[in-house]
Amino acid sequence: MALTPHTAAAMEQSLQVWLDTEFTYFKVEILAAELAVLPREEQDFILGWIRRIASTHITLAWQFGRRAPALLPRMERRLLEAWAIHTCDIFDRTGLQTALRVMEQVDSFDASAHPHDSAGVLFNDIAPVLGNFLGGLSGRRLKLEENDVAFTDGERVMLPNLIARFETLPDNFQLAKATLAMLWAQTRFGTLRVDWQALLATSENPQHTLIQFHALETLRLTACIARELPGLHREMQRLSQTLEETVPEAWQVFAAELAAPEASVNTSLSLLEAACALPSFIPRSYQGVLRPDAIIAARNGRIEKEKARLRVKLAEMLEDQPKNSAPLVAPDAPPRLEAETHDENGLLDFDITLDDAPLAPPEGVKQLLTSIYLDFGEIPPEYLTPAGEGEYDPNLYQEHPEDPDAVWQGVYHERGATLFDEWDHGRQHYRKNWCVMREKPVQPIHDDFYRNTLDKHAPIVKHLRKRFEAMRDENRLEKRQADGDEVDIDALIEALADARDGREMSDRLFVRQHRAERNIAVAFLVDMSGSTKGWINEAEREALILLCEALELLGDRYAIYGFSGTTRKRCELFRIKTFDEAYTSEVKARISGIRPQDYTRMGFAIRHMTTLLNQIEARTKVMVTLSDGRPDDYFDVYRGLYGVEDTRMALLEAGRSGIHPFCITLDHDARDYLPHMYGAARYIILDDVRQLPIKVTDIYRKITT
Amino acid sequence: MTLLSPHLNPVPLSGESTNSMAQLGYDPAHHLIETEPYYEPVGDEIKLFEAAYRQQIPVLLKGPTGCGKTRFMEHMAWRLKRPLITVSCHDDLTASDLVGRYLVKGGETVWVDGPLTRAVRSGGICYLDEVVEARKDTMVVIHPLADDRRALPMEKLGQIVAATPEFCLAISYNPGYQSVLKDLKQSTRQRFVALEFDYPSAELERRIVTSESGVSESIADSLVKFAQMTRNLKGTGLDEGASTRLLVHAGKLIADGVSPVTACKAAVAQALTDDADMLKAIQELSSSIF
Repeated sequence: MALTPHTAAAMEQSLQVWLDTEFTYFKVEILAAELAVLPREEQDFILGWIRRIASTHITLAWQFGRRAPALLPRMERRLLEAWAIHTCDIFDRTGLQTALRVMEQVDSFDASAHPHDSAGVLFNDIAPVLGNFLGGLSGRRLKLEENDVAFTDGERVMLPNLIARFETLPDNFQLAKATLAMLWAQTRFGTLRVDWQALLATSENPQHTLIQFHALETLRLTACIARELPGLHREMQRLSQTLEETVPEAWQVFAAELAAPEASVNTSLSLLEAACALPSFIPRSYQGVLRPDAIIAARNGRIEKEKARLRVKLAEMLEDQPKNSAPLVAPDAPPRLEAETHDENGLLDFDITLDDAPLAPPEGVKQLLTSIYLDFGEIPPEYLTPAGEGEYDPNLYQEHPEDPDAVWQGVYHERGATLFDEWDHGRQHYRKNWCVMREKPVQPIHDDFYRNTLDKHAPIVKHLRKRFEAMRDENRLEKRQADGDEVDIDALIEALADARDGREMSDRLFVRQHRAERNIAVAFLVDMSGSTKGWINEAEREALILLCEALELLGDRYAIYGFSGTTRKRCELFRIKTFDEAYTSEVKARISGIRPQDYTRMGFAIRHMTTLLNQIEARTKVMVTLSDGRPDDYFDVYRGLYGVEDTRMALLEAGRSGIHPFCITLDHDARDYLPHMYGAARYIILDDVRQLPIKVTDIYRKITT
Repeated sequence: MTLLSPHLNPVPLSGESTNSMAQLGYDPAHHLIETEPYYEPVGDEIKLFEAAYRQQIPVLLKGPTGCGKTRFMEHMAWRLKRPLITVSCHDDLTASDLVGRYLVKGGETVWVDGPLTRAVRSGGICYLDEVVEARKDTMVVIHPLADDRRALPMEKLGQIVAATPEFCLAISYNPGYQSVLKDLKQSTRQRFVALEFDYPSAELERRIVTSESGVSESIADSLVKFAQMTRNLKGTGLDEGASTRLLVHAGKLIADGVSPVTACKAAVAQALTDDADMLKAIQELSSSIF
C-alpha cells in the first residue's frame, strides 16, 4: 500500500528547520507546495537529499530543492544522486561559487540530448575495474583519473564522470574500456612522441591540423589494437557499427597505409598534409581528445628527472658489478653500456650489455627504460652513460618526504601529505580527501621518567611478569593424539588392556609436541589533544611504559602512535614506536616526550592505523585507542555529532578489514555518546585517571586472551 | 592391527623383528622415473645441477610458484637415474615426519623410516618442496646432511646414517612471499647452491604452453601475452602473476574445446584472486586479447 503523501504544512515545517529560514528567508512554502503534489516516495527522496545537502551548505540545499521536482521526471534517480554528491564534492574542493555553477548547469540538462543516461556508467563505479585493467596493459604505468573529457597526458588517463552514448550498461562499459585502451595506445604506440610545438606552429589552422592528425592516429592506433588486443578490437568495431561511424572514402587510402604493422607516428605525420586538405570525419566515440598542452607539461616534468634517475641507477648497478679480474686495457675508457629493446608480441623488454657482457637490469631500471623508450622510441645513447659522482643533485631524482613543519609554513599545505576521506554524517557520504595527514616524530626527552614510573608502580610491575608470562602459550606435549611424533606408552598400555577385555581399542596412541605461536599485532593510538594536559597526559605516559613492559614479555608486535590536529588541514600523527622498532631507550624517551598538542580529530588517525595494521602479517590484529573524551576540533564542524559519527565510521571500517578495535576512555560524563560511537568497537570507561596505568595492562590481557 | 600415521605412506613391512632395518623393505624403484619428463631449460640450470650433484652439494631452487621447479626436479631425477622422493612441506611438518618414528603394530612398536631417511639409505634425491612452510625446528635435521658431514642423526634410534655418494638433497622456496615469518634462516640457506627460476621468456613460454597443452601457436602466443598482463599487476593488487602452470591449465581447457575467455577465467583469473574488481579486470584483459 502506498503511503499517504506528506502535507505541505508538515514539509514546510521540516524545511524551515533544515534551511534555517529564520535567517535565510528562503521561501520554503513555495517548495513545499511544489512537493505536495508528488507521490510520497518522491517526496521522501527529495526531502532526504535536501536534508543531507543542508548539512554541507544551506544555499546548495535550497538550490537543489528548487530544481529537483522538475528534474525528477526526466533524470534517473541514480544520476540525480550522483549530481548532488558531485556538487557537494565541488563545494568541498573549491567553494560555494563553483558548486552553484555546477548546480546551475543542470538547468541546461536536456533529457533529449541524454537519451541513455539511465544506462550510463559512472566513473566511480568502473574505476576499480578499469584501473586494474589499465595496470595490466604493457608500457608505462598509467593512472586512471576523472576529468571532464577523455584524454591522456602520458602519465594519467582521464575519463569523464558519465559515459552514456549507448542504450545499455554493458555497451557503455565497453565504450569506457575502448576509450581507455585508445588513450593507453597513444602512449604505448608513440602518438605522444610528436614534437607538438613544431607541428602546431607551422600550421595555419592549428585546430584543424590537430583534429586531422588525431583522426589519422585514431586509424593507426585502431590497427595497433587490432593486432594487440583483437578481442577488444572486435568490440570497438561493433560499437562503431552501432553508431554508424564509417571511414569516408577519401580516408580509406590512409587507413590502409596506417594499418601496416610498420606504420609509426611518422607515417601519420607524412600523411598529415594530404589529410588537412580533406574535410574531417566524425570522430570515433572512443577516441577521446588530444591535449598537447597537458602532454607537453607532463613530458617536461618527466624527461630530465628520468634521465637523472636512470643514469644514477646505472652507476649504482655498475658499482655492484664485480670488477673485471683481467687488467683493463684502458682504465680511462668509460664502461660501454648498450641497451637493446625488444618490442614484440606486445611485450617490452630490455637487454643491457656492459662491454658486450649481459647485465640483468633490476625491475626499477626496466620500468625507467620502458618509460624512456616510450618517450623517444629508443634509448638515447647519452642516457646510458652512468652518472658521475655528485653529477646530479639528489633532489632532482629522489622523491623525499617534506619536512612537515616547513610545509605547514608554506602555501602548499597538502604537499607530501596523505589524504583521508572523512564521513559526513549529515550528507551520509564521504568527503573526499578531506583530512590532510602527516606523520611526525615525537621529540624524545631523556629523563628519569621511565625509572620513576617503574619505581612508582613497583607492585604492578612485579605482578606483570607473573601474569603475562602465564599468558605465553607454552610449548607442551599433547597426549593421546591420533597422530604424533612418538608412541604414548600410557595410552598404549590402556588400549592393549581394553583389547584384551574385548573392548574397542582406542586409536589415540601418540604424543605430539604442540607449538603455539602467539601471533598478535597491536597498535596503540594515544590521544595527544590539549585536553589531556596534566594528570591525563602523565597517566597515559605511565600506562604506555607499563604496557610496553608487558608486551615485551609477551613478544607481541606493537606500535604506538599519538594523534592530534587543528582543523582538517593539519592532522598530525606522532610516531612513538613503529612495528619494526625495538623497545629501546630512544622509544622510552619518546614516551616521556609525549606532550599535549591541539585538538581531538580521531577519524584520520584510526584510518591511518588501519592501513598500517593491514600491512602487518598477523593472525590477530588489535587497535587500542586511549582517549580522554569525545572527538573535537577547532572551529570546525567536527565537534558534536559529526565527529562522533566519523569516528564511529572509521572504527567500523577498521572492523570490516579484520582489525579488532578497542577503546579505553577517561571521559567521566560521556556515557551518552560512548555506546553509540564505540558500539562499533568494544570499550571501557575508566572513572579515575589514576587507574589508567594500573588497569591498562589488565585490559590488554583480557582483550587478547 | 596396524596403526599408521597419515603422514607416512604405508611402507610394506615384512618379518617380525623390528630391529633389523633391512627387513623394513623399501623399493626405491617405486620412485624411479622411467620416461623423460618434459622440461625446457632456461639457462644452464641442468649443467649446474649435475655439477652440484657430482660434487655432493645440496641445491636450493628459488622462484615463484608454477615456474617449473618441481618439473625440473623430476627431469633431473630422470636424467641422473635416481629415485626422487618429494616431500611437500606444511606448517605441521615435524622432524619425525621426515626422519621416521615408532608406530604401533599388533601390540608392539615398529620403527618406520621417514621419506628423508629412505632417500638417504637408498641414495635417492630428496626434494623438500616449499621448505619455508615447515616448522622452523624441522629444518635443523637437514643441516648435518647439507654440509660435508652428509649424515643423518637418528636420535630415537641412537644411530647416525651416513649418506651414500648418490644421495642428493634439494629444497625449494618462493622468495616472493615477502613475509617475515616465511623466510629461510641464514644457517639453512648458506648450505646450498642456489638455482634461480623465473618465468621463462615469452618465446620459451609459448613453446612450453604449446607442447604441454597442445594448443596452436597463436593461442599460446595470446596466453603468454595475457600472463604478462597479469604479471604487470603484481604488487598493485595481485600477489603473484599467472604462472606457466596456469597457462598450461588454460591451454588444456582450450584444447579440449572450452572457449579461450572462459578457460582464462576458470584456469587463471579465479586462481589468482578472489577480489571482485580484480577478477573483472582480469576478465576484461582476457576478453580483449581473444
